[in-house]
Amino acid sequence: MTLFLTLRIAARALLLNKTRSFLTMLGIIIGVGSVIAMAAIGAGAREQVRASFATMGANLLIITGGSSSRSGGRGGWGSQATVTWDDFKTIQTDVPSVRLAAPLLRSNGTLVADEQNWTTSVQGTTPDYFDLRSWALSSGTRFDAAEAAGGAKVVVLGQTVVGKLWGEGADPVGRSVRISNIPFEVIGVLAKLGQSPYGTDYDDCAMMPVTTFMAKIQGGSNALNGWVIVGASSSDGTGVAQRQLTSLLRDRHHLDADPTDPRPDDFQIRNLTEMASAEAEGTSTITNLLAAIAGVSMMVGGIGIMNIMLVSVSERTREIGLRLAVGATPANILWQFLVEALLLASVGGFVGIGLGVGAASRLAHAYGWPLLIDPDVVVGVVCFSAVVGVIFGLYPARHASQLDPIEALRSE
Amino acid sequence: MSTSEPNGLLVLEDVSRTYRVPGGDPTVQVHALRNVSLRIDAGEFVAIMGASGSGKSTLMNVLGCLDRPSGGRYWIDGTDVSSLNKAALAAVRNQTLGFVFQSFHLLARTSAVENVELPLIYGGVPARERRARATEALRRVGLGDRLDHHPNQMSGGQQQRVAIARAIVSNPRVILADEPTGNLDTTTSLGVMALLQELGRTGITVVLVTHEPDIAEYAGRVLIMRDGMVRSDLRQTQKLAEAPAPE
Repeated sequence: MTLFLTLRIAARALLLNKTRSFLTMLGIIIGVGSVIAMAAIGAGAREQVRASFATMGANLLIITGGSSSRSGGRGGWGSQATVTWDDFKTIQTDVPSVRLAAPLLRSNGTLVADEQNWTTSVQGTTPDYFDLRSWALSSGTRFDAAEAAGGAKVVVLGQTVVGKLWGEGADPVGRSVRISNIPFEVIGVLAKLGQSPYGTDYDDCAMMPVTTFMAKIQGGSNALNGWVIVGASSSDGTGVAQRQLTSLLRDRHHLDADPTDPRPDDFQIRNLTEMASAEAEGTSTITNLLAAIAGVSMMVGGIGIMNIMLVSVSERTREIGLRLAVGATPANILWQFLVEALLLASVGGFVGIGLGVGAASRLAHAYGWPLLIDPDVVVGVVCFSAVVGVIFGLYPARHASQLDPIEALRSE
Repeated sequence: MSTSEPNGLLVLEDVSRTYRVPGGDPTVQVHALRNVSLRIDAGEFVAIMGASGSGKSTLMNVLGCLDRPSGGRYWIDGTDVSSLNKAALAAVRNQTLGFVFQSFHLLARTSAVENVELPLIYGGVPARERRARATEALRRVGLGDRLDHHPNQMSGGQQQRVAIARAIVSNPRVILADEPTGNLDTTTSLGVMALLQELGRTGITVVLVTHEPDIAEYAGRVLIMRDGMVRSDLRQTQKLAEAPAPE
């Protein structure tokens, strides 16, 4: 007897009881659907985390100065400018794993344009910063190295600031804006970058040369009172760069002067690549957990199939008896019921995939995620549901094939 | 007692069948058949009679390869089938034997022609040939115009004819009919017996179990069973069943 024929007989038997067959499949449908949806949601969320960390810039490390402790009150990291300009220059020149480095000094300031004002994050840096963050301009130019060193009163604005002061889409290049009552010329507008993974609006900023920032905003202090943003030369390099920077700064700050009593770091280095992968890992853990729970529901669906198959075998005992009498072998009967279970499980699996993909695309659409369906997951889930069908179909099918034809024919 | 290959289509030699009562005393055995020796030749029309519990059903099951004897040997057309495994017995049932049951045993919600095709499916006959042979078998039993009817759209007599068509579709040597008229009225019974006799004339061996003496009259040989043994084995002139009245 051919497999095709067995399949037809099985399909026919299932179609004779459409409602029951559908209800039996429901467990598998829901199980497969949730596994697919969970995997897709997980992949989408992971991709979104990755993308939002990517907006911070590739392979970045952030160095902040040490904490101050005066009269017992301990300030946070960066409250004391322990990282100096000399440190910064050495980082730029003497650390092989560092591609670029830029200072970033920040303060809040109010910008006043013709009719509007807006308080934003005013930041002083060097042109390298824009390269570190791969931050392009939507119009105008950024300040060059000479302007950065010479204290030019120029400013590059983020999209949000432009929107608040002149309206969305305005091009204020060449206009004047007052920051702390000092007139600055707007020379460029940055491209829209969006939100940081923690919800900060990157586009709500005004960037000026670091020398100008120190002279006009920070009130004449020449301390590097802020961050040093460092770009490592490759993604594997962030760990290496972190170690090299740590050892350089400890050396320059004489923290290991007394080997018997090394002092703790008076600076902090944050590795954004590691933060991104930790974040992505957290997302994976949760979605794997959800997918595992969905997998359990597939098992429950399998038990449902077994249950109905057992009912079906006992209902169709007479039919089995007759099939045996007219020449079916026990193997024929075994296959017939096994294929029925397999068919229930795999048709359920395919419907479940449709449902899962549908749910995933709706959710992806709703949350603005990319829709990522991993073909491996789909193939895996189909195989798994087929295996569930075989495992849970085997017992009822064996039971059917072991029936005694005489007893089976006599049963009511 | 001969051990050489015996003549005759169906040959039982010293066949016994014992059961343990399920759940009962394991030392107590029921002797359903006691040392039955029997020879049925090709083309015979045999009726097996007997009270319930006489062993006639067990004999029928052994003859039909649905049950295996506990002792003795059974040959079909010279082949010893008493020691065959389940799959081999299934092949014998499929190729050499045809069954007709008291309660028809047609598959519900399945058309007449598909019911008749069933043995051919297990015989590995290709689809086109299957349909042609099933159609031909239904024509032979006078149901050539009922191919697509379902069992619930047919009378009892018509259902039994479908069952007979199913029994003959694989060109078996023997038809085993277990109380084939038990669920039918007298007129319809007569039609079924006429059909069986007609098949008998084409050379098919017919063995039927019945408890009705007037049905046994249509057989050419009557076996009477009692206590697991054949008590009488008489040949008689076969009474001819009248041509079936149109239903």
